[in-house]
Amino acid sequence: MKVNQKRKNLVLSGLEPLIITPESVFVNVGERTNVTGSRKFLRLIKEEKYEEALSIAKEQVEGGAQIIDINMDEGMLDGVYAMTKFLNLIAAEPDISRVPIMIDSSKWEIIEAGLKVVQGKSVVNSISLKEGEDQFIHHAKLIKRYGAAAIIMAFDEVGQADNYERRVEICQRSYDILVNKVGFPPQDIIFDLNIFPVATGMEEHRLNALDFFRGTKWVRENLPHAHISGGVSNVSFSFRGNDTVREAMHSVFLYHAIKNGMTMGIVNPEMLSIYDEIPKDLLEHVEDVILNRRDDATERLLDFAENVKGDVKSNEKAVQEWRSGTVQERITHSLVKGVDEFIEIDVEEARQAATKPIEVIEINLMTGMNVVGDLFGSGKMFLPQVVKSARVMKKAVAYLLPFIEASKQAGDKQGNGKILMATVKGDVHDIGKNIVSVVLACNNYEIVDLGVMVPPEKIIAAAIEHNVDIIGLSGLITPSLDEMVYLAKELDKRGLKIPIMIGGATTSRAHTAVKIAPQYRETVIHVNDASRAVTVAGSLLNKDKKIYASDIRAEYDAFRETFLNRSRDKNFLTIEQARKNKLQLDWENFTPVKPNVIGEQVIEVDLDVLVPYIDWTPFFRTWELFGKYPAILTDNVVGEQATSVFADAQEMLEVILREKKLTAKGIYGIFPANQVNDDDIELTDENGKILEKFLTLRQQSQKTKGAPNIALSDFIAPKDSGKTDYMGAFCVTTGFGVDEWAAEFEKNLDDYNSIMVKALADRFAEAFAEYLHEKIRKEIWGYASDEVLSKEALIEEGYKGIRPAPGYPACPDHLEKPTIWKLLNVEQEIGVTLTESMAMWPASSVSGYYFGNPESKYFGLGKIKEDQVIDYAKRRNVSTEVASKWLNPNIAD
Amino acid sequence: MSRIQQAIKERILVLDGAMGTMLQRNNFSEEDFRGERFKDFPHPLKGNNDLLSITQPEAVKEVHRQYFQAGADIVETNTFSGTTIGMADYYLEEYVYELNYESAKIAREVADEFTDRPRFVAGAIGPTNRTASMSPDVNDPGYRAVTFDDLRIAYKQQAEALIDGGCDILLVETIFDTLNAKAALFAIEEVKEERNIDIPIMVSGTITDASGRTLSGQTVEAFLISVSHIPLLSVGFNCALGADLLKPYLQTLAHNTSFNISAHPNAGLPNAFGEYDETPVQMQAFIKEYLDDNLINIIGGCCGTTPNHIKLIADIAKEYKPRKAEILA
Repeated sequence: MKVNQKRKNLVLSGLEPLIITPESVFVNVGERTNVTGSRKFLRLIKEEKYEEALSIAKEQVEGGAQIIDINMDEGMLDGVYAMTKFLNLIAAEPDISRVPIMIDSSKWEIIEAGLKVVQGKSVVNSISLKEGEDQFIHHAKLIKRYGAAAIIMAFDEVGQADNYERRVEICQRSYDILVNKVGFPPQDIIFDLNIFPVATGMEEHRLNALDFFRGTKWVRENLPHAHISGGVSNVSFSFRGNDTVREAMHSVFLYHAIKNGMTMGIVNPEMLSIYDEIPKDLLEHVEDVILNRRDDATERLLDFAENVKGDVKSNEKAVQEWRSGTVQERITHSLVKGVDEFIEIDVEEARQAATKPIEVIEINLMTGMNVVGDLFGSGKMFLPQVVKSARVMKKAVAYLLPFIEASKQAGDKQGNGKILMATVKGDVHDIGKNIVSVVLACNNYEIVDLGVMVPPEKIIAAAIEHNVDIIGLSGLITPSLDEMVYLAKELDKRGLKIPIMIGGATTSRAHTAVKIAPQYRETVIHVNDASRAVTVAGSLLNKDKKIYASDIRAEYDAFRETFLNRSRDKNFLTIEQARKNKLQLDWENFTPVKPNVIGEQVIEVDLDVLVPYIDWTPFFRTWELFGKYPAILTDNVVGEQATSVFADAQEMLEVILREKKLTAKGIYGIFPANQVNDDDIELTDENGKILEKFLTLRQQSQKTKGAPNIALSDFIAPKDSGKTDYMGAFCVTTGFGVDEWAAEFEKNLDDYNSIMVKALADRFAEAFAEYLHEKIRKEIWGYASDEVLSKEALIEEGYKGIRPAPGYPACPDHLEKPTIWKLLNVEQEIGVTLTESMAMWPASSVSGYYFGNPESKYFGLGKIKEDQVIDYAKRRNVSTEVASKWLNPNIAD
Repeated sequence: MSRIQQAIKERILVLDGAMGTMLQRNNFSEEDFRGERFKDFPHPLKGNNDLLSITQPEAVKEVHRQYFQAGADIVETNTFSGTTIGMADYYLEEYVYELNYESAKIAREVADEFTDRPRFVAGAIGPTNRTASMSPDVNDPGYRAVTFDDLRIAYKQQAEALIDGGCDILLVETIFDTLNAKAALFAIEEVKEERNIDIPIMVSGTITDASGRTLSGQTVEAFLISVSHIPLLSVGFNCALGADLLKPYLQTLAHNTSFNISAHPNAGLPNAFGEYDETPVQMQAFIKEYLDDNLINIIGGCCGTTPNHIKLIADIAKEYKPRKAEILA
């Protein structure tokens, strides 16, 4: 029977497919990971030096092996253990496991152990009829069920096939059993027809190669879809020690075997010449032997071999090109490729160049890991490769640790703090968590690593037990998000005060701000990469941590507000529903503090008084320099510039003070007030005569359960409480003369000083507002007469009561400004006017309200709906169009 | 030829949508999860959706019913985590047989309420929460938290219970590690042989990230090759991606196999909160592209899909003929 139907492909897989079609070129099976064939490999396995053993496998794949043969058959080895262990390790090396595995053993239990640990479709090497038909069928059936192809040795109960006829007989019988009795796919059958040595000097070996070729041809023509394989190096056995001749023999043998239909073979690609490049005379001698062309072929080749002996090919690998790059390029290469061979050398080089060993981690290694992160993010690397990168990273860090320890001895011995790290329940991913742990540990933090899949109770218990300073949570899958929310809730419930850092691929600033942070009174911060973790941890624990915490809180609150506003499927309450859900303070037990002074008063102060109240951070922001004062002055990036600008500012400040270039004028007033109709605040004089009415706007977006829909009016006692409450308003300015002065500079094309004047005037106006607010709290209204706060605390709004300004998040309605102007008679008293668009002139002015209730706080109005706009228009007595125009940025789509 | 083999030749079969998404709508409390049966159980059970087949069977049946009403031909049993490995988290290992059996039984009961055309029950066999070819410990890459034999034994028990409960099909799904799936297939083959039965098997993998690979690192083709040693009713993908992003991978599958092709994608990618917000209309449009390209034999939905999604998918699938695999090598 001739094969004339289309051949079915032999398909195999590692992480990637290997499809062997009739058109495929010869498939190389790597043979160096075989303890029977490689003494080095055997030694490494025996000594459990698996890492080095892996590098042999890797070299083979890099050298072009399309399948790698693994054999652990050695008397002194526990073959099942070694096979399982080595294949498991290979599975973690994507550069190796991308190719299919050939599980090579003469012992079934070792083969089966191998089949249980490879995810791809591998090849079993081998089974045969040696132990009878029953055993053969049993094994074949299991191989099929495990999903592997199989090499069938030309071997039966009688013995090994050593000539053409026996090969034909055994192959035919094996094939029939497999295909007809077992249902084994014929394309998954690979015959090993036994490659025996030639040129041994023994007469019966002369036909060894030729019989193999004939047998191969017969199988391909008579056993549909079956393939042929064999261990090629056997053929040159008698020329051990003469690599040149051996390589030529392998090439010649393969050349002819392939022509006859051999599709794959176990070869050392480094022991293979290119057929066309074999010197003519050598080729002739070798072919004479392989093809049995002359009676004296063996002797002639032996003689000839003497000439080429010693011409041993250098197996030294050419120096890899990437080794010539810069130290950063080399480190990045090692991390991206997961190569740990040179990492210590390169890290040492980087360490010597660095000022501090820790810099190697923070700069060189993190640069590399960022490349890894980018490649992973864009799908150019996949998880197992990233795991390898993490391991190289770990090795590099391990190398650096002693140096870091040593450098620490000189400095602070005390740790920076204790950080708990855990991947949350239900999630097994920990690469990112481990990297963060390592980086933090390198920065002198003590790490309590709870591992993966950590239930919340365990995290909480450990946090308490170890008295940690920060909890780091990681997760890569979406259900982890809910786990983090749950954990934050639990921590809050138990009154713990440990800040949380959130990280991991699935986490986001949005989720952290919107879902996690509101559940926990302490700081929750999203850290999107390991390099930032150190800075964040430092900020969370240093002496200014309160400021940092409130910054983060404010940032996340604002973010949440905007996020919820733009969220399209967001739910809104009607204005009626929102009013029903207003903030209900306990007016019953509330006693309003009566101000020491009621009614409006003008105030003028010396600028010198205001200087300590200046918050310099926004000043730098004017100059596009971002960072907190005073730290900004010593910042690595902007420090120099910041210092220079600050020096110029001090100089001009002196001029301002000396020449009294600016004046600080203001007006304020505190009046009896009550909340009326939920959203309005009625102000009266001492006799109860209505003066003005402030209109406030109420949050309308659906809140999480229990959270109110706030309006500023909620901070004032309602009229029906029967209690007289109070509120105030103010306007301060330091802006007169600024425009003229700035214009002078501009005339001289001195934009720098023009901006400087305006920036300083703005700072003075804000400082004035801050100063006046303090005076209000402590003296004029006097509800906080015992207040003692540092200037920093003032800036951080650590006081009771608020001074929100129209046009800002709590009351975006600019039309409230005219009410203030009327109430306080601002324009006549201090000369500050409102433009058509309700901007204040001079620009360096601040106006706003005073709320004294200890429960009052800043908030964002967020989006409101049409119904509130219509209601507001009525209250304001303007058309809906006018109202819509002014409130537009806050109206939901 | 079994009824399902017959049906799949004639038309595109519609699989159901998400079970978890639907069950969540009940907002079951810890007490609800426990029911009478487990009211004194010493460990928390909330979140164990599979258990609801025993403690809240009517709720589970109602989900099945809604999907059948929406036009599904096949519903999946509520047994995604129903192995001793998956249930170990809840200390419910000893109830695994019952859990699968009851899940299959109630799905069967609902299927039998519909007499207009054959309706099928697929026994859902999930991936478990462990990986057989990857180490959970970065420092010990050779370590495995679960072995092939652990999985094989657990899957065998699940498969037997699902068959006993009346499943027509077994669906090995959400495969992120092919070795886990191979253990499941091995176990099913054992059951088939021991009982001398044949039961159609569907296999459905998961592409987890932008690299277009399974979590354990295999390409689509490598995955296909690694599960093709067993005769399958269908091979396909589910979960992790939405219908649009899944398409290229389905194309690769379809071009390389003569098995039927299945797909049950998520309702888009999860947003920042892990919620799915692709609407039925949006999803239908993507599915229509599959159908225009003649890629599909079985189509349904995974995370975030609802009876409304399935209804629109069933509506459009009706208009098309099932994919006919070209004779491939």
